[in-house]
Order: sequence, then structure tokens, then C-alpha cells
Amino acid sequence: MIGLEALYTLAGVMFAAFAWFNLTDRTNPRRLVNFAFWAIYAATFLLGSRVPHFVTGCLALMLALIAGSGKLGRSKAEAVADVDAAARRRVAGANRYGNRLFLVALLIPIVTLVGTFVLPHVPWVDPKNVTLVALVLGTVIAFIVALAMLRDSPVHALGDARQTMDTVGWAATLPQMLAALGALFAVAGVGGVVSGLITAWVPVNSLLAVVVAYTVGMALFTMVMGNAFAAFPVMTAGIGLPLIVHQFHGDPAILGALGMLSGFCGTLMTPMAANFNIVPAALLELKDKNGVIKAQIPTACLLLVVNTLLLYLFVSRY
Amino acid sequence: MWVLIGVPIVVIGFALRFNALLVVTVAGLATGLAAGLDPVDIVSAFGKAVADNRYMGLIWLTLPVIALLERNGLKEQARHLVARVHAATAGRVLMLYFVARQMTAALGLTSLGGHAQMVRPLIAPMAEAAANRKGQLAEAIQQQLRAHAAAVDNIAVFFGEDIFIAIQSILLIKGFLEQNGITVAPLQVSVWAIPTAVAALLIHGTRLALLDRRLRRGLADCASGAAR
Repeated sequence: MIGLEALYTLAGVMFAAFAWFNLTDRTNPRRLVNFAFWAIYAATFLLGSRVPHFVTGCLALMLALIAGSGKLGRSKAEAVADVDAAARRRVAGANRYGNRLFLVALLIPIVTLVGTFVLPHVPWVDPKNVTLVALVLGTVIAFIVALAMLRDSPVHALGDARQTMDTVGWAATLPQMLAALGALFAVAGVGGVVSGLITAWVPVNSLLAVVVAYTVGMALFTMVMGNAFAAFPVMTAGIGLPLIVHQFHGDPAILGALGMLSGFCGTLMTPMAANFNIVPAALLELKDKNGVIKAQIPTACLLLVVNTLLLYLFVSRY
Repeated sequence: MWVLIGVPIVVIGFALRFNALLVVTVAGLATGLAAGLDPVDIVSAFGKAVADNRYMGLIWLTLPVIALLERNGLKEQARHLVARVHAATAGRVLMLYFVARQMTAALGLTSLGGHAQMVRPLIAPMAEAAANRKGQLAEAIQQQLRAHAAAVDNIAVFFGEDIFIAIQSILLIKGFLEQNGITVAPLQVSVWAIPTAVAALLIHGTRLALLDRRLRRGLADCASGAAR
């Protein structure tokens, strides 16, 4: 049966390959640090389900220490002759293959999409994780098609991918560490304390004040947690249901929809939502890690105002 | 109150630009200790969350494919394509992607897109090529366009997907209300995502049009500067 474990093994093997490429890269004076980082990350993928969580936790702490040491580094820029040769190769490739390059790139989302419909009916695929299996299947198919069409070698592909991975660096592991922080917040009961604080400050006899507290509270709490799904139950149980629904007889469906969308405004404005904001900044090689957030803030703030007005105007009318 | 210690650690740590991975880890450890957890349990909680969320790292499997295509001229071909469409501007390229991404997300097709799959290999190079057909962009403009390309993907999918009734967030809302004794149909919730979706399209579309205007002025300034 193909499920998450098979996908994690594949990813673990790829990260191990990145570690190996780093170890053998003599142009990089920090190759041992890079090797250690990707080898440990690979180990969390390969062993995460087999060893006690305490061991995985120790590996995660080692990743944080290596990242915090500031010693991760990229290999030196290639020689000028290599850069020229690579540029010529790209121009020649674009002329030779043309739009077929796009078709291969689009294979990933297309196979993922078809897979989400077809794979639930395939007996040897774990039905719980169809979307992820479909994504990886699309990636593998696109990889094989690209190798065949371009007659290129998988070693070159992994070597170049390793360069990109080193550019992304520790940011690649940040979403998982933030999930860990969210889990500890949940165990420690941070949500209850925050909603208690907000309720203590809200004037409860004004619908506008309560609505603003709910939508802005959703956005702010999402910014702290990095995830609207974690903020929604806390804020809705703390403010939404007791004040807006029960006291002002508001419509719970409108409340839920606009509450969640207000949370999404918060997601656009926080580095804590690393997979949406920090990872793409690294992937696009932005110098400013908060560049994506800065591009999003004006739209997010205006949409938060829109959500607040919609909720205030319509929640007690339907 | 001490359990909130993680929040100021994160805010101050990020503001002082310490390594984010380290800041988050320290905040987690401090929160666990403030809640009176045993250190071994705290490390185990870290390990469990990291192991349970390994699916977040699967997106990196797309890197070798993108590397292969980029080695063989994917970005150059994106430039060729945009150069042939004379009406293409950076703002219009991004707006077209916004509309396509939002529409498909509203139909539940959220996997048709993403930063690794679409933005890096296709959308960002096309926007860059449309902003300047002739040569190299100034680095500041190039960086800004890339940031906008990533932002378009996020905003379009966030404010499109909730129109689809079977998306995770709608099911979460329905499930949460049910736990509190309120029954709602998913459709009742998802229709209320439509006004915000329209507002997102209008607001962000306006911002992209303004971006185009700024780019035109900026490029004109560069040209006149070079002439002088």
C-alpha cells in the first residue's frame, strides 16, 4: 500500500542525496555544516515513524542549533566559464524544446488534480492521503518525462536542485517547527488565556465593538499562531458564539465564514505562517525574507475591514 | 499568564532578526517550561509535531524537476512567450494568474498552483519578462515582482477556496458549530465567502494596476536617466 510512509522515504532519500552532494562539494568551506543539517533532516524523514518522538525532538533541536549558529553556507559561485556555458545551454534548450518545457512543468499540477479524483478508487493507495500521493506521483512522472525528453541526467538534476535547496536553507524546516510551537501552545492552554484577555477588554453591549473584537482578534491570534484553523475554535468559543450569536442573535453561518476569512487576513501578515510567506520568499531568492508579507499587507488590511463591515451589516439580518 | 511567554519571545526574536528557527524553538521550550511540563515531554512534543507534519516537506520533491527544466531553458522560454504577447504587462500577467487561481480554487481545485509548482518556474519569470522585454530589470524591481507573484498565489487561493463546500476550512467551521449544538449546511457557510472573494479580486486587481503604473514610470525614469 502506498501511503505517507513511502512518500517520506522518497523525500528522506532526496535530502540524504543533498547532504551527500554537500559533503563532496570542495568549493564550499562550510560543506560539513551543510552536510550535517541535511543529513539530520533526512533522518527525521526516514526514521520519524520508527524511533521514539523524543529522538526526533532531539534531532529537531540539533537542526535549530545548526541554523542558529549561522554557519550554514552556499558553495562559492561557479567559475565564469561554467556560468557562460550554463547560459548557452538554457538558450539552446528554450529554442529547441519551446513550449514543451511548459507542458512538463504543468504535468505536476495536472497529474495531482487527476490523481485526487482517480486514486481513491485504486486499492493500493492509502485513501486518507490521496492528495499528497497524487502530488508526489505527479512530480515523479514529470521527472521521468523531463529526463526522457531533455536527455539529461538525474545526477545533474539533483545537483542543481541541491543548489536551490541550499538557497532555501533552514527556512525549509521552519513550517514543521512552527507546527511544534503550535502544539506546545495548545498543551499549555495559550488559547484560553488569550481569549480570556480579549473578552475582559471588550465592551459587550455594542455589536460593532464585539464584531471588531472578533474579526481583529481572529487576525491577531492567527498572526500569533500562524494558522487560522488554530485561532478559529478559540476566538469563536470565546467571543463569536457567546456574544455575537447568543447575545445579539447573529447568524452562526455568516459568523463562521467571515471569522475564518478574517483569520486568513492574519495569515497573510505573519512570518509564523512560514509555508505561505517565508518558504516562497526563500524559493524565489528574495533578499528580504519578509518581502512576500510586505506585498500582502495592504490587501490583507483592506480585506479585514471588508470582512468586519460585512459581518456587522449582515450578521443579525439573516 | 506565564504560558504567554512564547508570544513576546517570537515577536522580539523576529523583530531583532535572530534566526527564526532558533527563535521558534526557544519560544516552544519556554512555553512548555512555563506550563510546568517535564523537559523530556517538551522535547517529545517537538518530535511528535515534527514527525506528524513531515508532509509539509514533501513539496521539496518538486525541486529536481524544476532544476531540470530550468537547466534547459524554462525561464528563457517564459520570456519568449511573453515577448510575443504585446498586451502583456507584469500586472496583467499576475492578474490573469490571480483570476485563474481563484476560480479553480472556488471549484475545489486548489492543487492547480502553488509556489514551487507554478510561481517559481512560470509566473515569476513571465511577470519579470513582461515588465522589461529588452534587458535586465533593476534588482529592486525584480525582487518586488517576485514578492508580488508569491502574494498573488496566496491571496487568490485563500479568498477563493472557501466558496467550495468541501474544503477543509468550511468543514472545520461546520464541525465546530456542530460541537456547540448548531447545525449549518456547508453551502450556508460557503456562500458568505463570495462577497469577500469579489472584494479580494477588486482590491488586489486595483493594486496590480497601480503596480503597472509605477513600473511604467520607473522604467521611463531609468530611460531618461540613461539618456542624460
